[in-house]
Amino acid sequence: MKRNPAPFTALLPLAMAAIFSAAAPARGQGATDSQSFEIIERGRYLATAGDCVACHTAPGGKPYAGGLALETPFGKLVGANITPDRETGIGAWTDDQFVQAMQEGIAPRGHLYPAMPYPAFTKVSRADLLAIRAFLNTLEPVKNPIEPNQLPFPFNIRASMLAWNALNFTPGEFKPDPGKPAEWNRGAYLVEGLGHCGTCHTPKTILGGDKNADSLQGAVLQSWFAPDITNAMHKGLGGWSQEDIVQYLKTGANQFTIASGPMADAITNSTSKLSDPDLKAIATYLKDMPSNANTTPVPVAADDKRMVAGQAIYKDTCNACHLDSGAGTSHLFPTLAGSAVVQSDNPTTLIRVVLQGTQGVATAAAPTAPAMPSFAWRLNDEQVASLLTYVRNSWGNAAAPVSAADVKTLRESLASAE
Amino acid sequence: MKKISGSSLSRRQFLASTAVSILFTSTSGSLARSFSGQLPWSPFAGDPPTPVRPGPWLFFTHDEAQTIEAIVDRIIPADDLSIGGKDAGCAVFIDRQLAGFFGNFERLYMKGPFAKGFPQQGLQSPILPTQRYRAGLAALDDYCRTTFSGRAFSALALPEQDKVLQELENGSIDLDDADTKTFFELVLQNTMEGFFADPIYGGNKDMVSWKMIGFPGARYDYRDFVGNHNQPYPLPPVSIMGRGDWGGKG
Amino acid sequence: MARKLPRKDVVIVGLGWTGSILANELTDEGLDVVAIERGPWRNTATDFNVGYMQDELRYAIRKDLFLRPAQSTLTFRNNVEQEALPIREFGSFLPGNGVGGAGVHWNGQTWRFLPSDFRCRSHLSERYGEKFIPDELTIQDWGVTYEEMEPYYDKFEYLAGVSGKAGNINGKRQDGGNPFEGARARDYPLPPLDMTYGPKLFAEGAREAGYHPFPQPAANASRSYTNTLGVEMGACSYCGFCERFGCANYSKASPQTTILPVLMRKPNFECRTNSEVVRINLDRSGKRATGVTYVDAQGQEWEQPGDLVLVCAFILFNVHMLLVSGIGKPYDPKTATGTVGRNYTYQTYAGVEMFFDNKNFNPFIATGAIGQCIDDFNGDNFDHSGLDFVGGAGIMCASTNARPIATRPTPPGTPRWGSTWKKATTDNYLSSLYLNAQGGSYATRGNYLDLDPTYKDRLGRPLLRMTFDFPDNDIRMISYVTRKAEEIAKVMTPRQIVPHYRTKPYSVVPYQSTHNIGGAIMGSDPKTSVVNKYLQSWDVPNVFVIGASAFPQNAGYNPTDTVGALAYKAADAIRNLYLKNEGPLVPA
Repeated sequence: MKRNPAPFTALLPLAMAAIFSAAAPARGQGATDSQSFEIIERGRYLATAGDCVACHTAPGGKPYAGGLALETPFGKLVGANITPDRETGIGAWTDDQFVQAMQEGIAPRGHLYPAMPYPAFTKVSRADLLAIRAFLNTLEPVKNPIEPNQLPFPFNIRASMLAWNALNFTPGEFKPDPGKPAEWNRGAYLVEGLGHCGTCHTPKTILGGDKNADSLQGAVLQSWFAPDITNAMHKGLGGWSQEDIVQYLKTGANQFTIASGPMADAITNSTSKLSDPDLKAIATYLKDMPSNANTTPVPVAADDKRMVAGQAIYKDTCNACHLDSGAGTSHLFPTLAGSAVVQSDNPTTLIRVVLQGTQGVATAAAPTAPAMPSFAWRLNDEQVASLLTYVRNSWGNAAAPVSAADVKTLRESLASAE
Repeated sequence: MKKISGSSLSRRQFLASTAVSILFTSTSGSLARSFSGQLPWSPFAGDPPTPVRPGPWLFFTHDEAQTIEAIVDRIIPADDLSIGGKDAGCAVFIDRQLAGFFGNFERLYMKGPFAKGFPQQGLQSPILPTQRYRAGLAALDDYCRTTFSGRAFSALALPEQDKVLQELENGSIDLDDADTKTFFELVLQNTMEGFFADPIYGGNKDMVSWKMIGFPGARYDYRDFVGNHNQPYPLPPVSIMGRGDWGGKG
Repeated sequence: MARKLPRKDVVIVGLGWTGSILANELTDEGLDVVAIERGPWRNTATDFNVGYMQDELRYAIRKDLFLRPAQSTLTFRNNVEQEALPIREFGSFLPGNGVGGAGVHWNGQTWRFLPSDFRCRSHLSERYGEKFIPDELTIQDWGVTYEEMEPYYDKFEYLAGVSGKAGNINGKRQDGGNPFEGARARDYPLPPLDMTYGPKLFAEGAREAGYHPFPQPAANASRSYTNTLGVEMGACSYCGFCERFGCANYSKASPQTTILPVLMRKPNFECRTNSEVVRINLDRSGKRATGVTYVDAQGQEWEQPGDLVLVCAFILFNVHMLLVSGIGKPYDPKTATGTVGRNYTYQTYAGVEMFFDNKNFNPFIATGAIGQCIDDFNGDNFDHSGLDFVGGAGIMCASTNARPIATRPTPPGTPRWGSTWKKATTDNYLSSLYLNAQGGSYATRGNYLDLDPTYKDRLGRPLLRMTFDFPDNDIRMISYVTRKAEEIAKVMTPRQIVPHYRTKPYSVVPYQSTHNIGGAIMGSDPKTSVVNKYLQSWDVPNVFVIGASAFPQNAGYNPTDTVGALAYKAADAIRNLYLKNEGPLVPA
C-alpha cells in the first residue's frame, strides 16, 4: 500500500522567517547584485511586508505558486503564479517587465487588475522591487498554470483597465515629504506602498478605485469592515498610542483588542515579521493621518427600547468576558468601551462576530488565540440588533443603531457562504 | 532518537493554512481527525441544544400521557409556591427525554450477561427507560382500575393519588414485572429533572422552579456580588434561550 | 489488519493534563510527538460556549463531556468473594474523555501533598513504631521526597495560575496560609479568590474552635493571568459551573487554557482524536515497546510505531493499558505477588450538613475551588498516639455550586415530593451549608485492579475489574475527623446539624470523587512498584506511565497538583536523563 505521510502535516514551510535585525534595509541604492545575500534577504523581508504570499498561494498549495481566488465586487480574480517557472510563473520576465508590472500594472501578457495593488506598489522604489524579484528568483519554480482573470464581461476585457487607470490610478514612486521626519516618511512609504493598507482600509468608489479624500477611513470587504486607521478619536486609532499600534501589529494583540478576521492573516504573514523600527514608523505615520470624521454622533438614548433590551442581553450574555463596564480583559477579551470598530459607521464586523464568532490571531508573542463563541443559535435578528445598538451607545460610545434588517441580510449571506 | 535542535526549530515558520486535516482519505464517513499547526476554529462552530417545541407526544400514548401528567402534578402539586408539575411541563420534558438518547440508555454499557448484583454495584437491569415507563404506567393503571373500581390513576381523587404514590415509593404496591420501586424512583428523578432543568427541555415553564427557590439560572458572572454577603441577589433568572426582557420575537 | 504509519519519536496515549505537559516539554526538545486521544477535540469557544455551558441537565446529569460507558467502563465488586458486575452508568466517579481529559471538568482544587505523605510508611514507623500501622495496610513510600517534588509543584502551579495563600515559604510561616504545608519556594502566582459568605463563616468558626483556616488553593484565576507559556487566562466570574463543565471564561486551568495554544502551534506536534489505543506493542523480547495500535472512528486499525510510549490516560485506563499490553506482572491478592493493579485506592469522604435560619449564602455564587479549609486533622498533622487509625482528612467549606437538579438540601425526614417537600426546598435552598471531610485512602492487600474474566469492551478487550471497599482504618479515620467537623459546625450555631458519616460498603452509585488512585504505583523496589521514581516502567524502559496511577496510596487532598508535578518530573527525566542514555534510569 502506498501511503503519503503528508496528510499528517499538511502544512507548508515558508522560508520567510523574520530573521531581520532591527536595522531597516537601506533604500535607494542600486540593487546591482541580485545574487547577493543582503539583497535576497531584503527582498524576502519586503515580500513579507507586501504580504505577497497571501494572494499568491492557494489554500494548501505551494507558496507563491498562485491560485487563491479573490472575490471582488466585479467577479473572481485569481492570484498569479509568481515562482520563477518560465512557462507558468514569472521566470521569463525581465527585471524591467517585473518593475513595470508592479509600478504600472502592466504585465507582459496584458494589463493587470487592481486587485493586484499596483496603485499602491507604484510607490515602491525600483531598488526594493528588484530586491523582491531577487528573492522570488530563489524560490523553487512551480509549474502551475493559473488563469488570473475569471471576470465576467465586460470586466474581462483587460483593455478596459486603461480607462480605469485614467480615472483611478496615479503612477509614480513615493516622494518623501521633506517637511516630515525620516521615520514618518518611512511609515508613509510602507503604509502607502508595499503595506498596501488602503487596499482594505480605504473606501472604494463604485469602480473600485480608492476614494482618496477618505484615505484609510474604513471600508467593507468580504463581509468584514476594515476599520478607520487614521488618527480619528472616535472611529479611528485616536485612542491608541504609538506603542499600542506597534504591539498590535507585532503580536496581534494589545491592551485593548486582539486581531481577527482578515487582519489576523495580515499579522501572521506580514506585520508580525516586520522590524520594530518599521512598525514604529508605520505607527508614527498612522498617528499623523488626518480624518474628516471627527464629529461624534449623538448616542441613542438609554431609555430607547432597543437599548433596554440590549442591556438585558448584554448583562446575561456578554458580561462574563467583556465586563459590565465594557472594559474586557487585556490581551484576552477586547475592550468595547471606546473601541473604534464598535463605533464604526458600518457595523458589519460587529454583526458578523456575534453571529459566527471569531478567533483571535495567535503569534509567538501572544499565543492564546482566544475565540468569541457563536451566538447565531441564541439571538434572533432583533436581539442582535438591540445588543449591538446597546454596545455602540454605552460607556461613552456613540454610533448609529443597528437594524434587524442588516442582521438578517448578513446572517443569510454568511450562512450561504458556509 | 532524532532530535531537532531548538534553534533550527524556532527558525522554521509554518503557515498553518490547513490546521485540521482529515486522516486517510481512503475511508469515508465521519473520520478520525488530525490536528496540527494551530488551534482549529471554524465559523458557527458549536453544539447548542435544540429547544423542545410544543406539539404532539413523541413517546407517550394518550392514556400514558394522562397518567404521567397526573403523577407529575402530585409530585409537584400546584400551591402558593408554584404552578404544578403538569403546567410546568414536566410530562412534556419526560416525553422528550424518552424519545431521545436517554430513553434507550444509548450512552450506557448495556452488554450482557445481566445479573442482579448488590445495590452498591448500581444499575444492572437490561430494561430501558422507555420499557420501564411503558410497563410501569400500564401496570399502575391496571392496579388502580382493580383497586378503585375501574378508575385509572388520573381519575382518582387527589388524596387517593397521593396514597398510591406513597405506596409506590415505599414498595407496598407490587406492580408485577414493572419493578415498583425502580419505576417510582425513575419517575421521581425525571420529574425533578424536568422541574429544575433549563426550560429549553420542556419543563420549568417560565423558570418557575428557579424563581421559587432563588436560583438565577444560566448566568455566568457574579463578580459584582461576591462580596455582598447575606443579601438577596437582585437579578432575575435567565434561561439558555434568554428571558422576556431581551425583546425580539422569539 | 492494522495499517502501518510512519514512525514518531514519541507516542502519547491520551491528551489530558499529563499528555499535554509531556507533549509540550518533549516538543521543546525537538522531538516529533503524536498524541492519540480516544475522545473528540474540544476547545473553549467552540465547545464551552458561554451561552449554553450553564446547562445542568446536559453536562452534570447526562454527563455530556464524560467518557460514555458504552465506549468503555470497568467492572466492580467490594471483595473477591463477590462477582464483579459492569459499572453500566458512572456514578461514584466520572472519568473524562476528549482533549483536555479530566482537566476540562475538574473543580480546580490544587493541593500539594504533605512531606510526610511521600514517606508514608517510614514517617509513621519513625513517629509511632512499625507496629502502630494496622496490619491490613500495604502503604509504602513513594521513592521520591517532597523536597524533590517542590520545583515541579511550583512549575505546575505557575502554569495553571493557582490562586491561594502560602503558609510556608522556605520554612518561614506565612500568616493566613496553611501552617501545615511543606515549604514552598514562593507564594502562589495569584492571590486567593474573593471569599463568599459560607466559607467566611466557617473560617470564623474554625478559628474560634482553635484551628487554622486558610483559603483553598484554586486553579480558578482570581485575577487575569499570563502563565509561564505566555498564555492568557481571564478572571473567574464565580458562575458555579466548574465541576462537570468546561470553563467558558478561560478562568479554570485546563490544557485548553494553559498549554494547548502553545502546543498546537508547534509543527512537530500532532493530535489525533476519536482514536483509541488498543494496546502497546512490544518487540519479541517483551522488554521494548515498538509503538501502539489504535482504532479510529471507522474501526480501522492503525499501527503507530514510536521510540517512546507515554501512557497518559486516566488512571484506571493507564492500568488497563498495561494489563492488556502484557507490561509488568499482574498483581495477585492471594499470593500478594505481582505489581500491576496493586494498591488501588480512592478518597474517603464524609461531611456535615448545616441548616440555618435567616441566612442567605447565595450558594450559586461559586467556583469549583473557592472555600476555606483547615488542615489540622489531615495526614499526620496531629498526634495519632492513642488513636486507632493512621491518616487524616482536610475539613473544608467549599460550596462549589448550587445547581438545583442535584443540589436541593432539605433536613432529614422531609418527604421527597409534594407540597411539604416544596416548602422545605424553598426554605433551605439559600440557607444551608456543607462541610466536607476529604480523607486519604490507604492501600490494603485486597483492594486492587485486574482484568475481568467475563465482560468485554467494544473492541473485545476484557474490561478492567475493580475490587475495592473502604479499609476499616479509613472508616475509623474519617469518623474521627467528621466528629471534629461537627464540633466546628456547632460553633457556627445553625438551626440543625446533620452529620453524614462514611460507612461500608463502598458503592459505585452516589457521586463521591473522581480521585481514583494507584494500580501502576511508583517506588524504589520493582517487586512492589510498577514504575520507578521517574515514572518509567521497570519492565519496559521505553514506556512511562504518568498520572495518579503512580500514587502508592492517596493523601487527604485532591490529586491534580501532584499529577501535574509528576508529569513535569517525568518530562525532566526524559529530557535530561533518558534522551542522553535510553534505558532504565534506575537499575532494577
